[in-house]
Amino acid sequence: MEKVTAFFQMGGYAAFVWPSLGLTVAVMSGLLIATLRQLRGRQRRLAELEAAGAQRRRRAASPPAAPPGETREARP
Amino acid sequence: MHRFANPARFTRIADRVLPFAAGGAVLALALGFYLALFVSPADYQQGESVRIMYVHVPSAWMAMVIYVAIALASAVALIWRHPLADLAAKASSPIGAGFAFLTLVTGSLWGRPMWGTWWEWDGRLTSMLILFFLYLGHMALMNAFEDSQRGYRAASILALVGVVNIPIIKFSVDWWSTLHQPTSVMRLDGPTIHPSMLWPLLIVALGFKLYYLTVVLLRIKSELIAARLRALDLAMVKGS
Repeated sequence: MEKVTAFFQMGGYAAFVWPSLGLTVAVMSGLLIATLRQLRGRQRRLAELEAAGAQRRRRAASPPAAPPGETREARP
Repeated sequence: MHRFANPARFTRIADRVLPFAAGGAVLALALGFYLALFVSPADYQQGESVRIMYVHVPSAWMAMVIYVAIALASAVALIWRHPLADLAAKASSPIGAGFAFLTLVTGSLWGRPMWGTWWEWDGRLTSMLILFFLYLGHMALMNAFEDSQRGYRAASILALVGVVNIPIIKFSVDWWSTLHQPTSVMRLDGPTIHPSMLWPLLIVALGFKLYYLTVVLLRIKSELIAARLRALDLAMVKGS
């Protein structure tokens, strides 16, 4: 137990060492998670659009119910 | 080179590389952090605070490596108009900005107990701060124009002009008197750092590089899908 406490105290530099490591982990995982979420969101939207496009082609004669511009979600 | 401009082919190659890059990153980071925290010794001058170095130095290397990668991609984009080069640059700059930010903050957290100051306006610290701002400027320009091509062009030019800052960062500790210690790893006469500290440092650095490869491939994939979405939107507007 003493060894564990000593480890977390980092020879008195705990207040500098742990924030450094914690922030590094936070920034790197944050970027990865943001990237994955954006990718998944776009993949989902592409799948929806492609499904909608296939449907529209099937009933090419009938006009679209609403202008597609209105369903467009805002992009950052 | 334009062989890789085909989005489908790029995505196929990326999907093949990604498991290895991600798996390698996890392994290298786990091993590197284990060695850095539990195996490597405390420094005889810095004590345990030396462990900050194991994230600070690899972050600084990544901030510079990613910037050079963006500059190269920008040159390719401007000269050969390679469409993936713009996307690679766009995908890279948030990652580079993250590492530049980490370099500045972890350096500050180390400088406070070791130098007695959070910040000093010396050559190394100031040029690293400029690198961080270059990243922010690059990210802003990439998204600044309705016509994305204009934004990409402006960002490419910024990236190429800003590359002059990279040798300034590297040699700042030799050119100007500074608080920052001189180079101890990338030296012509070999590293002056003990192997018990060098190995953890190099393994964490490898983990950071594989992390970058993983995230940048995911981001380029994401940008390709975004371009496809834009094209589909346009086709729908025209078609209706």
